[in-house]
Amino acid sequence: MDPITVHTGRTVALMNDNIDTDQIIPKQFLKNILKTGYANSLFFDWRYDDAGKPNKDFELNKPERQGASILITGSNFGCGSSREHAAWALKDWGFRVIIAGGYSDIFYMNCTKNGILPVVLPQNARDYLAKIASQEEITIDLPNQEVCCGKEKYHFDFDQTWKQKFINGDDDIDITMAYQQQIEEYEQKLPVFWQ
Amino acid sequence: MASTIFDKIWQNHVIEGNEGEPQLLYVDLHLVHEVTSPQAFEGLRENNRKVRRPDKTFATVDHNVPTNPSPVDSIENIHDKISRLQVETLQNNCQEFGIKMAGIGAKDQGIVHVIGPQLGLSQPGKIIVCGDSHTSTHGGLGAIAFGIGTSEVEHVLATQTIWQMKPKNMGIKIQGKLAKGVSSKDIIMHLIAKYGANFGVGYALEFYGDTIEDLSQEARMTITNMAIEGGAKVGIIKPDEKTFEYVAGRKYAPEDMDAAIAYWSQLYTDSEEAFDKIITVDATQLEPYVSWGTNPAMAVSFSEKLPKITDSNIKQAYEYMGLEPGIKVENIPVEWIFIGSCTNGRLEDLKKAAEVIKGHKLAPNVTGWVVPGSRSVKTQAEKLGLDKIFIDAGCEWRDPGCSACLAMNPDKIPAGIHCASTTNRNFEGRQGANARTHLASPAMVAAAGINGHFVDIRKIS
Ligand code: SF4
Repeated sequence: MDPITVHTGRTVALMNDNIDTDQIIPKQFLKNILKTGYANSLFFDWRYDDAGKPNKDFELNKPERQGASILITGSNFGCGSSREHAAWALKDWGFRVIIAGGYSDIFYMNCTKNGILPVVLPQNARDYLAKIASQEEITIDLPNQEVCCGKEKYHFDFDQTWKQKFINGDDDIDITMAYQQQIEEYEQKLPVFWQ
Repeated sequence: MASTIFDKIWQNHVIEGNEGEPQLLYVDLHLVHEVTSPQAFEGLRENNRKVRRPDKTFATVDHNVPTNPSPVDSIENIHDKISRLQVETLQNNCQEFGIKMAGIGAKDQGIVHVIGPQLGLSQPGKIIVCGDSHTSTHGGLGAIAFGIGTSEVEHVLATQTIWQMKPKNMGIKIQGKLAKGVSSKDIIMHLIAKYGANFGVGYALEFYGDTIEDLSQEARMTITNMAIEGGAKVGIIKPDEKTFEYVAGRKYAPEDMDAAIAYWSQLYTDSEEAFDKIITVDATQLEPYVSWGTNPAMAVSFSEKLPKITDSNIKQAYEYMGLEPGIKVENIPVEWIFIGSCTNGRLEDLKKAAEVIKGHKLAPNVTGWVVPGSRSVKTQAEKLGLDKIFIDAGCEWRDPGCSACLAMNPDKIPAGIHCASTTNRNFEGRQGANARTHLASPAMVAAAGINGHFVDIRKIS
């Protein structure tokens, strides 16, 4: 996983609540057997009209928002289907940080596996960040758990274990392999009918 | 200190770590399907890793499988090349890594959350995971069951364990007798409509109370299935005699059932003090529910009116659905009915729908699809003659699979069409581009099919 410590970038805002993973990446793009190649499918039904032309009013299509790496959004982001394709598509488009009012539990875990930093900020902070100009950059400082935007600073909470994982870019399976012996011991203690 | 059933099962599975930090848990059953697994197997290959416990892993195909009325009994029937590749990839992966699989046409094939319980793989007290959010379904048997992403699938394949943060406990106490025609689907839809699509985020929900005890084992799974629609990864119901009886005799049930039942009988919540939060529901007051909008919380009971526009989310939903505030669900024109999915595609669901539909015809402008949740459900239903009832009414009796629940196979609801559906998600485009989904119970959907609009099932049953 690519580590994240301090990230500076431009923003784009989609302030709806409950944006589900079916919207983030519709099912027709889940047939792929790779982890990449999803950038053009991100928010497909919102980005393109029925004739397949880009919808000019959609935030992600605006020329001045191209290259943004921070998504500002509503509450319960990533709800619904567990498809990790949603995280892959956001990553492929270039997002490294999401700032939402909250996340579905499964989507949150998928972010932690793909180097997308899921930050939670209250509504007033997000409303402020949603209005900043397209050329302006903001900084997310993970070690200090702060989002800095000009003179404004917002603190965010973050679990310490996930924080280390983001900072080190650790691979989970490698970490778990170190517990081989405990896993074996556990298996020996399983009830006989589950051995 | 008092513990919940969830606490007990969790504690039984901790290999490493303390509460409040990510803990390493043992996984007793890993269910796999074609959509969320290819990248995980690829990851194993790239890193030269094996599947640690192929014997605790079971695969099937469901999302991509066409369900044409003519039997889809081989991979040749999948005409969409990319879908076919995904199904083939799973076959090859299962072969390479030694995993049991119920492939297309196999008698055990079906929607992953229907076949787990049906084969006796899902059992009380287990930790069950699958790369699919509706894994919460299996919690209806008294297991901790939750959906995971593909990286986690890879992790479970390689290590038979998973890192998780323990959620809090929410008790949902449901008491009283349901009115005739009101079902377990209405209980869960009521909760989501009242408390929102994210009320369960960060919690494991335990459903309990005499209403739950009275429900059949299959009806209980409809509730836990939709726990995720309320934001909870886990929904759980205490296993009881009904559960033990349900599991006994199934293909993969424990050989020593006495030992298993002795173990399972210890799984209960000590007292309500163990919950961090409790919600109560008076089941006697519940009405049938129907969703009108584009997330499962946008639903009303039969006698309510559709809500006013108070924010942009609601405005966008009305635009998408082509509906207006102030009307009632009986005014929504229903042009399609879909009976199936892991929420309501089990035998009992088909029976309930058939009871309503028997002897009637679909309204003239209505198309009806009935898709059994598994091949075994299909065979059992045919033994009971349910297929005939549906076909006589003018419905299509199709092969098992996810079908138009998510429409990533050829089964799609056309744009603009209002579809009464026994499924779990009414997101934009979920059942087909611009299709308009209305979630409801099997009986309500069946009744809508014969009337061309929603009707109050309490008045006709
Ligand atoms: S039936 Fe629908 S909700 Fe259930 S697993 Fe299939 S696609 Fe998902």
